[in-house]
Amino acid sequence: MDPLIVFLQAVVSGISIGCIYALVALGFVLIYKATEVVNFAQGELMMVGAFFAYTLVDLGGVPFVPGVLLALLATAAFGVILNHLLLRPLIGSPAFTIVLATVAVSTLLRAVVAMIPGWGVETHRLSNPLAGQVVPIGKLVVSAEHLMVIAVTVVLVGALYLFFSLARVGVALQATSQNQLAAGYSGIDIRRMFGLIWGISAAVAALAGVLLAPAAFVHVNMGYIGLKAFPAAVLGGFGSLPGAVVGGLIIGVVEELAGLYAPEGVKNVAAYVVLLAVLMVRPQGLFGISKRVRV
Amino acid sequence: MKFYKKTSYTEDFRLFRDGAAAFWYALLGLALVAAPFVLPAYYLSQLVLIGIYVVAGAGLMLLSGYCGQVSLGHAAFFAVGAFTVAVLEKHGVPFLAAFAAAGALSAAVGFVIGLPALRLSGLYLAIATLAASFIVTEVIVRWEGVTNGASGLNVAKIRIAGWIADSEPKLYAIVLAVAVAAMLAVRNIVRAPLGLAMMAIRDSETAAQSMGVPLMRVKLAAFAISALLTGLAGALYAHKLQFIDPDQFTILVSIEFLVMIFIGGIGSMHGIVLGAAFVIALPQLVAVAKDYLPAAVAQQSGLQAAVYAAVLLAFILAEPTGLYGIWRKIKHYFSMFPFYRKGSLRRAKSFAKSETW
Repeated sequence: MDPLIVFLQAVVSGISIGCIYALVALGFVLIYKATEVVNFAQGELMMVGAFFAYTLVDLGGVPFVPGVLLALLATAAFGVILNHLLLRPLIGSPAFTIVLATVAVSTLLRAVVAMIPGWGVETHRLSNPLAGQVVPIGKLVVSAEHLMVIAVTVVLVGALYLFFSLARVGVALQATSQNQLAAGYSGIDIRRMFGLIWGISAAVAALAGVLLAPAAFVHVNMGYIGLKAFPAAVLGGFGSLPGAVVGGLIIGVVEELAGLYAPEGVKNVAAYVVLLAVLMVRPQGLFGISKRVRV
Repeated sequence: MKFYKKTSYTEDFRLFRDGAAAFWYALLGLALVAAPFVLPAYYLSQLVLIGIYVVAGAGLMLLSGYCGQVSLGHAAFFAVGAFTVAVLEKHGVPFLAAFAAAGALSAAVGFVIGLPALRLSGLYLAIATLAASFIVTEVIVRWEGVTNGASGLNVAKIRIAGWIADSEPKLYAIVLAVAVAAMLAVRNIVRAPLGLAMMAIRDSETAAQSMGVPLMRVKLAAFAISALLTGLAGALYAHKLQFIDPDQFTILVSIEFLVMIFIGGIGSMHGIVLGAAFVIALPQLVAVAKDYLPAAVAQQSGLQAAVYAAVLLAFILAEPTGLYGIWRKIKHYFSMFPFYRKGSLRRAKSFAKSETW
């Protein structure tokens, strides 16, 4: 085959997987920006979301689109509850403690999901209406699933952008993430905002899980993709939403290209090599702002 | 209740607080020496594992607990130590030399991984160490000519100039010696200017810098020493298991180390030992508890992980100062009896705070 076509093909599938990294990374960043919690359980929220979708669509027989929407709502509710039960009591603890708490949550979620009958440790297939279809674009052959991932991500990022810049609640959320004290004084209910942001973030994660499901199936360890999304978020500069998207795309594309041209094994660590290289040059990430610290 | 009246600054930096403390530590030392003659083989084997984890924990505690640099990559140093000793011994290098080389190579890797730490802090550093550890593990997997890749390596028994550690008590003796040396080393560093500089960095990097602490040198030293100790622990671990493969050194090990120092009690020497004992004992306790649980619960494969996570959460929510905090409270309760109140030991400042997190 034409090397250029091979290259482009890899780029397209890289963008597609990068979109998923970007969505998970968006979840990290949303929570971090608003609440300063680094949520190591983001990948597991994604896993839980995918399992909800699988249960509704494949076990429950709900049609695909409403089933997925319901799953997103359920995961959002789950995120809100998680925040309420666990993270709220920890406000003000050292960050190290909070990180360990979210790590514990991720372990707990994996263990509990493995115990639930019908979920367990097997891999499941989330049926989806686009399975197996391909769309030829010129000489490129792109799978419909990849296109769907890209399209959904674009729509979602656009929707989030509009939400944060136009909607009243969105602006309140922005205010909360910029200055909690000032936001509180302006009459914004900070605790409600925290719950809301956890809900949004969990829903975004669940969507990522549904989009990932055709490529990687639904299983208890699918949350480990969070370990790739994390570098994506850091690469973009933790705390920057566009940065998370760009970081995700960079890592997805670099990974695919490394799989194509580099020796075996490089693909697995490409994300981390890129991350370290970027951090060496720009310690605050691509879009991050370095802050001065007062003593 | 005992009161300490200090008459000189150097009293703050003594190895033991007073004669009584030294006496109790001596007693503990005697008990540890006597352990192989008293304990059944199984418990001794667990003690060996605890000793190995103490060495690794001492390393991580120095870096995270005292210098405030969070590392999610200590499994990499553990792996480097284990593989170095295994590979060198396969080529006929005697144990002591291989052991030293394992420490040295780990320290070198720690130095390199520590380099970005000069510019990164908090979250960025944690992720950078995580990334570096993934890269190290991948190198071990792919460098098949030397490390035998994913199929792993067999490790012979420890052999020092004709003497072979072919039984558990002999291995125990070596591990105990290394663990005590590691604890003393960390304790001495913490008492020395280097350790004080580390704690200054932990409490406020900017303030430390303006007091003249050379950030770069101290952080790199913390990383290198921490990696050295963890590498030595890895070398012992290889000899304990007698078989190593890269799958034993995943991110879960890094997390286990962090959990260990957290549950033990961040920023305390006792916490290292308590945490190591906890991490080793918990799976055994779960295994014992399985016999008393209904079959439907006991047969779940995720049970151990679930208990582990639940205990960790319980500590985080109820007792963030860890096991050492509980120990201090108990001690305080009795020494103050009957005047102990709930708020007696509430400390305003938390340990291991860092600016960016």
